[in-house]
Amino acid sequence: MNLHEYQGKEIFRAAGIAVPPGEVAKTADEAVAIAGRLGYPAVVKAQVLIGGRGKAGGVKVVKTPEEMAREAGRILGMDVRGHTVHKVLITPSAEIAQEFYAGVVLDRKTETPLLMVSPAGGIDIEEVAHSTPDKILRLHLDSRGLPDYRAREAARFLDPRWDVQKQLARVLVRLARVYRDRDCSLAEINPLVVTKKGEVWALDAKVVIDDNALDRHPDLAELRDLGAEDPGEVEARERGLSYVRLDGTIGCVVNGAGLAMATMDLIQYHGGKPANFLDIGGSSNPDKVTAAMNILTRDSRVRAVLFNIFGGITRCDDVARGLLTALDRIGTKTPIVIRLTGTNEKEARDLLSARGMTALSDMDEAVRAVIVRAAEAA
Amino acid sequence: MSILVGRGSKVLVQGITGRDGSFHAKQMKEYGTKVVAGVTPGKGGTDVGGIPVFDSVEEAVARTRADVSVIYVPAPLAQDAIYEAVDAEVPLVVCITEGLPARDMVEVASYLKGRSTRLIGPNCPGLISPGQCKVGIMPGFIHAPGRIGLVSRSGTLTYEVVWQLTRAGMGQSTCIGIGGDPIVGTRFVDTLALFEADESTDAIVLIGEIGGTDEEDAAALIEKHVTKPVVAFIAGQTAPPGKRMGHAGAIVSGGAGTAQEKMARFERAGVPVAKVPSEIPGLIAAALRKKRPARLKLVSRAKAAGSKKKTTVSRAAKAKTAKSKARPKAKARPKAKARPTGKTRPKRAGRR
Repeated sequence: MNLHEYQGKEIFRAAGIAVPPGEVAKTADEAVAIAGRLGYPAVVKAQVLIGGRGKAGGVKVVKTPEEMAREAGRILGMDVRGHTVHKVLITPSAEIAQEFYAGVVLDRKTETPLLMVSPAGGIDIEEVAHSTPDKILRLHLDSRGLPDYRAREAARFLDPRWDVQKQLARVLVRLARVYRDRDCSLAEINPLVVTKKGEVWALDAKVVIDDNALDRHPDLAELRDLGAEDPGEVEARERGLSYVRLDGTIGCVVNGAGLAMATMDLIQYHGGKPANFLDIGGSSNPDKVTAAMNILTRDSRVRAVLFNIFGGITRCDDVARGLLTALDRIGTKTPIVIRLTGTNEKEARDLLSARGMTALSDMDEAVRAVIVRAAEAA
Repeated sequence: MSILVGRGSKVLVQGITGRDGSFHAKQMKEYGTKVVAGVTPGKGGTDVGGIPVFDSVEEAVARTRADVSVIYVPAPLAQDAIYEAVDAEVPLVVCITEGLPARDMVEVASYLKGRSTRLIGPNCPGLISPGQCKVGIMPGFIHAPGRIGLVSRSGTLTYEVVWQLTRAGMGQSTCIGIGGDPIVGTRFVDTLALFEADESTDAIVLIGEIGGTDEEDAAALIEKHVTKPVVAFIAGQTAPPGKRMGHAGAIVSGGAGTAQEKMARFERAGVPVAKVPSEIPGLIAAALRKKRPARLKLVSRAKAAGSKKKTTVSRAAKAKTAKSKARPKAKARPKAKARPTGKTRPKRAGRR
């Protein structure tokens, strides 16, 4: 689960990391009122759950209330790579002397958390890794977390001044602690700045929480911003489905994540475009199938839907029953192509043919068929 | 023969009184697996379909000599279940449970270092040596005994490929689902080393997906140390970056872990990459045709004499016999890195 900058900063602040003051506004008037309290020059920052807001013009320094009203009004409602901005963070502008990078991620290869620091802050760390890899120091963390002496080592890599190093080391130790204690997949400060007065501040916060750990962090689970996510993805999650919206016209309902990906790939291979990733899991619960059909048929781009079910523990006849129940409930006109194979395949075919529907058994054949149906419906 | 599990494996089921545990314990038993014990704390002394239930793994192992444990407990309890099995020194632990927090697996991975237990999973369908032993949740009937080894990060996609192999007359020695999480106990490289050393496996199918670099590591290992034909398939070519595709580990992050990169890496290693799952049996057959004449001549002269195909002894085949004589017996956990072979086989020609 991705957090907004202002939410990440709250978590950092609670962990003792120095974060500049700031408040969230949903309207231009609120933004002006907040800046009146915090003082000018101030920064307006779009709060969206996707990177690239700076390049899209979603971050601006303003000097007057008039400018604030104009810029906050412009940024609220703007689009950042498909995400609409509903909130802005207002924060005083800092006098920056240096910008560093600090982040903790999971290193899958070593199976440990990895702290990365770089004196090249303020830009994408992937870009730094690509163009100037020697500007990144990597420290793998073990069960001790980040011991102070290693934090000092990292701080020395960033700045020669002991006064600054002390502050940086403290931030890094606390960042590593946040990463572990809050079950993060990513805890990143970019930029981590030194001001002209020699103070260290976390000017940004990018925090991603491990979805699998939300059960043990009810306070973090509450931070989920449903308004900032795709409504289909929100509904799918509530119904226990795994759904990702794509750009195509062919909806797919599949059991299993790997098979769902392979189905999308196969649609593209045969010349179609998948509209989504959707894994209904091992369950053949009719409610799940209905929820899946609801999400797909509400999406106006979807011209045809492919069911691809490999019956193992999931029984094909259960899925067929779920589909028929779903069709009774929502009565869609969207063409449906069904591919069923495996456990109780024959029973499923009998159920479907009693309602005038047929199921294919070959995956390639089904994909070719759904592409034709989608083209006819267009 | 097979790898990791076979006719003699004695399986215990952690979480056997739960809905999934009891269902799959019975399914495994029906398949012919020796399910000797179940464990649910507080339910010791009862039984599930004739399988005795114990309060602890230690007790179950002491009483039944179980050497494989399969875990069906809910995610918040799974880390503890793994620890219990490892501390009871069960040689093979298979964790089916999905949804373990990554931090739990970081801790497990660190604890496993230097210990003798091999972990498979979590978030995996388990493994099966067809006709001998099924440990997990896969449908038994789609498999057939044979000589193809299969390893995959997925569940139903694996079933799809297994089913296509079986229908093409290609049975399997062992099929392993290693799991879809970012951190898993056993990786592609570990299973490739086991299949390479297994006399009953002729060729290997590897099914990868987006995220991480385990496929790239596998390709590097194959280049240097695997003489048997390998065919790969990678799922997620159409997956958008930054989005998790169902599996916790299936995500392209920071531009890394794409299907395209992984496919290119396999092709560079001379491993044919199937564009679609239905190509896999054909690619395996083609790869085996290339290898078989040399193999037959070296392994069994009589059969080779009856074969109509031209038999030529390739450098690879010569290197292989020399190596297999010198190779020590597979250890309990042969780490790919530790393999003593220094020889590089000649590269196979690329598919295109």
